[in-house]
Amino acid sequence: MSIWEYANPVKFMRSSGAALPWIVGAAVICTVGGVAWGFLTPEDYRQGSTVKIVFLHVPAAMMAINIWVMMLVASLIWLIRRHHVSALAAKAAAPIGAVMTLIALATGAIWGQPMWGTWWEWDPRLTSFLILLLFYIGYIALWSAVEDADSAADLTGVLCLVGSVFALLSRYAVLFWNQGLHQGASLSVAPGERMSAIYRYPLYLSMLGFFLLFLALLLIRTRTEIRRRRLAALQAKEARA
Amino acid sequence: MIALLIRDLRLATRAGGGFGLAVAFFLILCALVPFGVGPDTSALRPIAPGILWLGALLACLLSLDRIFALDYEDGSLDLLATAPLPLEGVVAVKALAHWITTMLPLVVAAPLFGLLLHLPAQAVPWLIISLLIGTPAMSMLGAFGAAVTVGLRRGGLLLSLLVLPLYIPTLIFGTEVIRRGQEGGDPATPLLFLAGITTGVIALIPFAAAAALRINLR
Repeated sequence: MSIWEYANPVKFMRSSGAALPWIVGAAVICTVGGVAWGFLTPEDYRQGSTVKIVFLHVPAAMMAINIWVMMLVASLIWLIRRHHVSALAAKAAAPIGAVMTLIALATGAIWGQPMWGTWWEWDPRLTSFLILLLFYIGYIALWSAVEDADSAADLTGVLCLVGSVFALLSRYAVLFWNQGLHQGASLSVAPGERMSAIYRYPLYLSMLGFFLLFLALLLIRTRTEIRRRRLAALQAKEARA
Repeated sequence: MIALLIRDLRLATRAGGGFGLAVAFFLILCALVPFGVGPDTSALRPIAPGILWLGALLACLLSLDRIFALDYEDGSLDLLATAPLPLEGVVAVKALAHWITTMLPLVVAAPLFGLLLHLPAQAVPWLIISLLIGTPAMSMLGAFGAAVTVGLRRGGLLLSLLVLPLYIPTLIFGTEVIRRGQEGGDPATPLLFLAGITTGVIALIPFAAAAALRINLR
């Protein structure tokens, strides 16, 4: 029993099909529960009710970065071991990641307007998220531009590798370029820097919900891609016959 | 390798090679900026380094698809791929030829166009140094983008979309060198970062670009 068994599309379809209803259910419960619980928390003494946007902003931002890392791992698996499910998973993850980045930017703007008095500021964190969005858009555009499926997977894989290096490089280059308005890490292990517990626990639940939501969407989209691939193969067979 | 370099240089300088177009584009851009922001020295001077770098970047972008597209169409890229010279070397030479024919004229012309934008005299050496160090990375990254999009019919816009985010670190450090040099600060730190990016790009990107070319030539 190893993880590579799931590289077999048949096995992947069977297992993911069985797990999907549970994951979707858990994702809905955790996301709705986390955001609703967050909505019911008392207002912050300085930020008022605007603090509640954190329950959307932080999980979306966390997923935006982690989805790119997942795409990088999936691309590496495809380039090294040629498992098609991996390439299709990377393809399926990209639009979800782009939407998560957009959610983080949009909620950040809505939060920033009353707090900082501006919708947008060229702060390192905001800037690097905008750059991340550009990388997502380029990656998705390359997938849709290349006609041959295997070439597209190869080219986007190479782009993902190069893009990861430059996304990281840009992250530190913008730190050099402008000092920021954004607060530091939202979740810190150091006591005293942490958020108070009434905000922390709904946030954990919401983060778990966003992760499960990503997992559910990823499985649905990957299954769609596999079915689309099968359909194309069937059509090609029919055209030959 | 040298033969390939000479061939590329010749193709670029002969009629129809588009040699000098990038400089003309650069000039137009620098001439248009004052119409956009007003002719005041106080308005132009602070943005001059940024405009010059952006102009060089955009002029570079326009010429990128020429790196591989023509050779791909007439089949000479297939010959180069089967030649004893490794494809990584071909990519490096092509990027070098692009740098000599497109970027080097821009570096030479930049101080002149800096006059149009009221760039202060003490910033000119830093402008030349930062462009000299930064532009090879732009040519090499452009060669990577051109290699990825070479087989596509409408690759031009996609090429810019893929390459421009990769230019961000170079642009940041390049303009920072001039800004610090102009204000009498210490430009060594951004200069070293810029040089580090360029050398890293020259060392590693040929492998990625050659891999992309092999996929497209399959």
